[in-house]
Amino acid sequence: MSNSPLAEGSCPSLSFLEEKGRYPGLLAWILSTDHKRIGLLYFVSIMTFFFVAVIFGILMRLELIAPGRTIMDPQTYNALFTLHGVIMIFLFVLPSIPSIFGNFFLPIQIGARDVAFPKINLLSWWIYLAGAALVILSLFTGGGPIDTGWTFYAPYSLRTTVNVPLAVFGVFVLGMSSILTGVNLVTTTHRYRAPGMTWFRLPLFIWGIYATAWIQILVTPVIGITLLLTLVERLVGVGVFDPSKGGDPILYQHLFWIYSHPAVYIMILPAMGVISEIIPVFSRKTIFGYRAIALSSIAIATVGSFVWGHHMFVSGQSDFASILFSLLTFLVAVPSAIKVFNWVATLYKGSIGLEPPLLFALTFIFLFSIGGLTGLFQGALAADVHLHDTYWVVGHFHYIIFGGMGFGFFAAIHYWFPKMFGKMFDRKWVIPAWILLFVGFNTLYFPMLVLGWEGMPRRYYDYFPTFHTLHLISTVGSWILAAGLILMFGNLIRALIRGEKADDNPWGAATLEWTISSPPPMENYKKIPTVERGPYDFR
Amino acid sequence: MEEHKDTIGSKIGMWIFLLSEVILFGGLFVLYSAYRFKFRGDFHLAAMDLNRLLGTLNTVILLTSSLTMALSIASIRKGLRGSSVVYLAATILLGLLFLGIKYLEWSAKVGHGIYPNSPDLLGRSSAEVLFFGLYYAMTGLHGFHVLVGVALLSAMCFFVVKGKIKKTDFILLENSGLYWHLVDIIWIFLFPLFYLMA
Repeated sequence: MSNSPLAEGSCPSLSFLEEKGRYPGLLAWILSTDHKRIGLLYFVSIMTFFFVAVIFGILMRLELIAPGRTIMDPQTYNALFTLHGVIMIFLFVLPSIPSIFGNFFLPIQIGARDVAFPKINLLSWWIYLAGAALVILSLFTGGGPIDTGWTFYAPYSLRTTVNVPLAVFGVFVLGMSSILTGVNLVTTTHRYRAPGMTWFRLPLFIWGIYATAWIQILVTPVIGITLLLTLVERLVGVGVFDPSKGGDPILYQHLFWIYSHPAVYIMILPAMGVISEIIPVFSRKTIFGYRAIALSSIAIATVGSFVWGHHMFVSGQSDFASILFSLLTFLVAVPSAIKVFNWVATLYKGSIGLEPPLLFALTFIFLFSIGGLTGLFQGALAADVHLHDTYWVVGHFHYIIFGGMGFGFFAAIHYWFPKMFGKMFDRKWVIPAWILLFVGFNTLYFPMLVLGWEGMPRRYYDYFPTFHTLHLISTVGSWILAAGLILMFGNLIRALIRGEKADDNPWGAATLEWTISSPPPMENYKKIPTVERGPYDFR
Repeated sequence: MEEHKDTIGSKIGMWIFLLSEVILFGGLFVLYSAYRFKFRGDFHLAAMDLNRLLGTLNTVILLTSSLTMALSIASIRKGLRGSSVVYLAATILLGLLFLGIKYLEWSAKVGHGIYPNSPDLLGRSSAEVLFFGLYYAMTGLHGFHVLVGVALLSAMCFFVVKGKIKKTDFILLENSGLYWHLVDIIWIFLFPLFYLMA
């Protein structure tokens, strides 16, 4: 943020991708404090972990293609489902949209030149890498890969011989990165909005990111202390979660879910922000119920922080607590539904252009609705006794996290790709990729809902032959989904190399990022813009 | 490029960060409350073993260090670099003194066989195991924060001497002061919970 001589002296067409920084070569990237470059650093690192976790998932499905041993022993399977969860949750889903698109577009969308603390922003990325490195290191040292599931439940995580201490420390470090990113994004939203960018002129993506950043700040420390105590417990044994010393493992579950349930909203709120951004643009209509969508993000963040006990209905917590948590769980469905209804109302009588971003956005609404509604089954006390820890739960949260956040992420990539890289992807390849993804997704996860309903427990290595057909279908689905991912990302990578040059505003959107060149110049704006209209006032 | 300073933004960022620190300790306070509720009487008995004199001494030391911290900021605000450095050095010394006393306290406990997983401690009631488990975890994490604070303030001392922190721009020192006060406040809660409840 400066009135630097660059504003007048330098060549106007140089983008942030080309601009020479203080350092040469790769250092110009990994030491850059530019929010766009840091966004892309996150993009590359996060996608790497995404594909690793996808491969783990495919291997798990392959093992489950038939009863009995197929390709691996039970211990390897336990390690794989743990790593699939840990990598997907902590290295991909949680940081993905806030750290990539939040970093890249939050300053641009509010009319700023960078985030509030650029150096801390770079530090967050380095801390993220350090945390990831520790998690990877934990696989090859100590007792080998963790097998506790991504929840690290005590007392098992205190007893198992595998390398729990290093892995939980890695996740703790990742949490620090998450907090620092949250501090940065909240402060930036408060301090760096351009003149005229009032709170209710903020793009809805910013509302989503803003609410998310607050959850990151407020609940991540809780898992931080929980993991630290697990670590200390393993190293010296203070006893707070260890039943053999009088500690209470249920308290571990409480602390874990005080973080990890709001974490689900860290995953989904930014994706909802993306969808709120895309729907009006491709309906050529202003968003229906702007304030309702904006405030429902805050409502989800608030109410969502008080529903953690619904993960513990069968843990032995008091019935009164369970009833309260169940009630709050039903309540949190209300603001989510408000969003869905407003999106649908925006589409109504719109001039709809079924471009790739909208295709993924509509898929989000469909899959997220299934995920949300199946979640209500579990939120009901009686039904949960039957469904708890079954494949129903696995199906449900994949519909939310992959169907919701994942497809929201794909929508964001396709929506902002031309702006980030100045290249346009080949739109005709997106359709077959989408068909594969959609068909593959439902073939993979819908049978899980049925399996769970019929009583197949989650995390099991083996199963009764009665479950064989559905497991087989599910595994075939994983192959279709993988083909879709390859096609979609292949198309994007091809566009990076050989794509046509993209216009500054290919989708005809009205938010600020489309008023600057594609890709954006290093300082975003030569002159900080003055905002005179809402984000969805199309001309 | 011209340095841009948004002091209000920096302070907002620092306060939000401190909020996350409060919640980090909050997790421990929640555990403490849960176990104290469960083992009401036994926690009182266990607390008898702590040295109240040293605890009180440490409270006085930390409170004084908060005063010197505030005086250091007040000095730089008036442009008195020398006295700012002196007060800052005093704050650092008091922090180190706190850690020294903490070390003596912990060693005495370890000397009596009271430390996590010690055969002596495991032979006692589970309330006492948990009380001392929490004692070591909470004062340990707090002590670590004091250590970080001392390192931070040493860096600030260096910046004041070098003139990087000055009358017109002392936000770094102010934010470090906020951190130091937070560490102090956490101790103000730890002290009665562990030492004064016997």
